[in-house]
Amino acid sequence: MDDLYREVIIERYKSPQFKGELDPHDVSFEDENPLCGDHIRIDLRVDENQRVSEAAFSGQGCAISQASADLLLESVIGKSIDEVKQLSKQDVLDLLGIELGPVRLKCALLSLKVLKAGVYGLGAASDSLVEE
Amino acid sequence: MERTDQQKITGLDQIRKDFPILEREVKPGVKLVYLDSTASSQKPEQVIAAMDAYYRNSNANIHRGVHTLAEEATALYEGARERIATFIGAKYSEELIYTRNATEAINLVAYSWARKNLKAGDLVVLTEMEHHSNLVPWQMLAAERDVRLEFVPVTEDFLFDLEAYRKLLEQGPKLVAFTHMSNVLGTITPAKEIIRLAHAAGAITMIDGAQSVPHFTVDVQDLDVDFMAFSAHKMVGPTGIGALYGKRALLEAMPPFLGGGDMIRKVSLRSFTANDLPHKFEAGTPAIAEGVGFGAAVDYLTAVGMDRIAAHEKHITAYATQCVQTVPGLRIYGPAVEYKGGVVTFTMENVHPHDVAQILDGDGVAVRAGHHCAMPLHNKFNLPATTRASFYLYSTDEEVDRLVAGLLKVRRLFA
Repeated sequence: MDDLYREVIIERYKSPQFKGELDPHDVSFEDENPLCGDHIRIDLRVDENQRVSEAAFSGQGCAISQASADLLLESVIGKSIDEVKQLSKQDVLDLLGIELGPVRLKCALLSLKVLKAGVYGLGAASDSLVEE
Repeated sequence: MERTDQQKITGLDQIRKDFPILEREVKPGVKLVYLDSTASSQKPEQVIAAMDAYYRNSNANIHRGVHTLAEEATALYEGARERIATFIGAKYSEELIYTRNATEAINLVAYSWARKNLKAGDLVVLTEMEHHSNLVPWQMLAAERDVRLEFVPVTEDFLFDLEAYRKLLEQGPKLVAFTHMSNVLGTITPAKEIIRLAHAAGAITMIDGAQSVPHFTVDVQDLDVDFMAFSAHKMVGPTGIGALYGKRALLEAMPPFLGGGDMIRKVSLRSFTANDLPHKFEAGTPAIAEGVGFGAAVDYLTAVGMDRIAAHEKHITAYATQCVQTVPGLRIYGPAVEYKGGVVTFTMENVHPHDVAQILDGDGVAVRAGHHCAMPLHNKFNLPATTRASFYLYSTDEEVDRLVAGLLKVRRLFA
């Protein structure tokens, strides 16, 4: 358990670096995890080379979902939209550096689901976006 | 509040030995502290043994067979029905219909009684603190029949709003269906008064007894309630079985619910004649072993004594309420202890309930986090989720201390 609440996760939860909203934005999407009521919105700005220049998330949730959103957005700055589309479940787990059971995995992957649904321009976020 | 020898006073210090699971470790060296009995209770050896013995010695299908095993199985299953009916104070055992759980019992009333007796414009009164199981069946009915739904509010003190209820009764509802004890707030509703007022206004009444029947004496004749739903797994019995109590005259006038074997007296290719109560509502091979276990569960609770269980839970809820309030940033949602059952639901400032539950789990303390199947109630208080610790006859003061130690750890981690 204590591993689950590594210092980086508690720190990111308490003092996120990418929390907020971007207006205007080039990409915006939001979704929730109905199991726990976690809700995340992600906004992106993209430069002329189709690379992510700014990113922000808003909403509420547990330490795992908030920290993973913050770490994920940090990792996408400078990436091309195509590269963002390629991000996987393992990339998020590597960022968090923890093992998660099936319930908490949903918390960790909510931000990736929202991000990918946004960059793909989809109407809804599907679990298939974050499967291996 | 000092820790007391309450368990010794009530003689409940011996009963933990009956629940083998309470001895297990969640991980090496960390003993389980089970504070989630409101979701599902643990089972004593006596219940497990009764089901085991049934499968080892008497397993057969019931009601039709003439061989020895079929007769034994039928006697065990029907004997359990009689004892469960007695446990809730029913006048006749055929007023006790086996269902899969309390949810199915409520659906039975919504499908069979309500679809026969309610028409467009009729009013059903519920409360704001219902579990989804006593909301959704009525929402489905409302969508299908244009039946109106109104909700008795929860007061600022987390109590059933009797004044608002009296006002709603002036609209002449056909049914008042309400929880006897909120699974989130712990609020015990004044059921007898609610039912008396409903009857005076000409309404039929139904209790969701999923949280009350396990925890204190509930007597359907004393309450004069028309229907009551409850589940075995919350009262030291197995999963997969529950019951609907209904007054005989009402049940007799109702059409069958599910169709199939056992619920018929006679079948031709194009028609059937329904069986007598209670079988009319019990289509197909039922959960026989679970029925046997359900019977063993009420035997166990009766032997311990429901009044002793209620007194023990009152003590432990008061102790827990006092102790967890010492944790900085913690806020309890629920009425004063005198108005509630064994539930302490809370939030911690700046910590998500799932994180609270996860960190507690690391110390072996099992609590529940989320909306507890009561999203509308959480919305009313602007809460996405809460953490809930709940108690039963086997809960101890030491376990409350472990909960508090865990909560202080959460506080330190997130400070």
